[in-house]
Amino acid sequence: MGNKKKIRVAVTGLNAIDSPGPGVAVIRGIRDCKELDVEIIGLSYESLEPGIYMEDIADRTYQIPYPSAGSEALNNRLQYIHDKEEIDVLIPNFDAELPNFIRIAGKLKAMGINTFLPTAEQFEAREKINLFKFCNKHNMIAPRDRVLYKPNELAGVTTQFGYPIVVKGKFYEATVCHTLEQATKAFHKYESKWGLPIIVQEFISGTEINVAALGDGTGKTVSAVPMRKLFITDKGKAWAGVTLDDPSLVELAGQFIAATKWRGGFELEIMRSNDGKNYIMEINPRFPAWIYLTVGAGQNQPAALVKMALGQKIEPYKDYAVGKIFLRYSWDMIMDIDRFQQFSALGETAANLAFSYV
Amino acid sequence: MKLNSNLAVSDSGFLFNPTNGDSFSMNPVATEIIMLLKAGKSVEQVKTTLLDKYDVDKAMLERDMDEFIFELRDFKLVNE
Repeated sequence: MGNKKKIRVAVTGLNAIDSPGPGVAVIRGIRDCKELDVEIIGLSYESLEPGIYMEDIADRTYQIPYPSAGSEALNNRLQYIHDKEEIDVLIPNFDAELPNFIRIAGKLKAMGINTFLPTAEQFEAREKINLFKFCNKHNMIAPRDRVLYKPNELAGVTTQFGYPIVVKGKFYEATVCHTLEQATKAFHKYESKWGLPIIVQEFISGTEINVAALGDGTGKTVSAVPMRKLFITDKGKAWAGVTLDDPSLVELAGQFIAATKWRGGFELEIMRSNDGKNYIMEINPRFPAWIYLTVGAGQNQPAALVKMALGQKIEPYKDYAVGKIFLRYSWDMIMDIDRFQQFSALGETAANLAFSYV
Repeated sequence: MKLNSNLAVSDSGFLFNPTNGDSFSMNPVATEIIMLLKAGKSVEQVKTTLLDKYDVDKAMLERDMDEFIFELRDFKLVNE
């Protein structure tokens, strides 16, 4: 490589916790790609996101403002980071942060930071509150749902759908409720956590399947890898999963990409009912936390996204290994408090702050 | 009746259905039956093979095989 500058890729979602963000998995994929000589700039919201401190994940990390601070604050912070780091590509990985990043994507581009994000319209079309309408319009199946603003609307919905029902937060989390009391409790919990509206979905029983996919922005599928959850945590997250050989799932991802001209990574959450129908439960507008399985199966979606963000032409992947399993694990990392205090105090790992016990 | 063509079966009796991710541990006889079906034998041919090989009453074998095939259908491992 000589003196050639490494490609600097900034990545969010370093919270490799029990309900993990995708950042660490995205970084592993990018680092695995031999054609990319990269340095990784981590972007984190909190001082105890494990990806800040893990070996061979982020070279340096900077704290960024919470989404609630708005796009201007984010833009200013990224300008500061970019002045120091000359970021080439930025990959946001959280649903809640994406609207801000999409809003400032033009400004980032003007700075020299490339992204590969959906448009605001594409982002909104698949939002939970629009999902049923969206799927209906594009001949995909989704469970019936209702968007609620008041808890006293729950009774009417349960009469219509019957129990159980699924009560969902605006951005994250869902609870299967068997009584009106449970539904009301979940309503208030998600209202205080994520705000209104609350989404109530009819319950579909079956097998949980997810598809991680990448669209090129013109309606073409670059990659799609289906995975069946083998082990699910109490938060509904896949702790283990296996790649599947089912062309109908790959086609479904392609159908979504063709309908939206989706630009970037996304995840289809599917419930395959006992009569074999693929219900779309959610469409997440970013890579899932299990994205490293796509790398293991032969379709390196994070690396492909970096290349596309850099303007390179990508040949769509065709094959992937079926029967590849990912199994997540927990790991206690030991470190000196210096590293933690440095990041907590200065909001970046690049600075060097002396620390001593006095 | 045919076994799904993409089923992965090991000699140790592990069966993986890559269409839906289901996996099964089979006993030696079930493994043998699956291997024979996978090799293209019909259910009748499998029955004949087992009758020749094992000391088993024909009626009992018929009943056990029917039950086994029913389970294969139930687990979506065969296409009709």
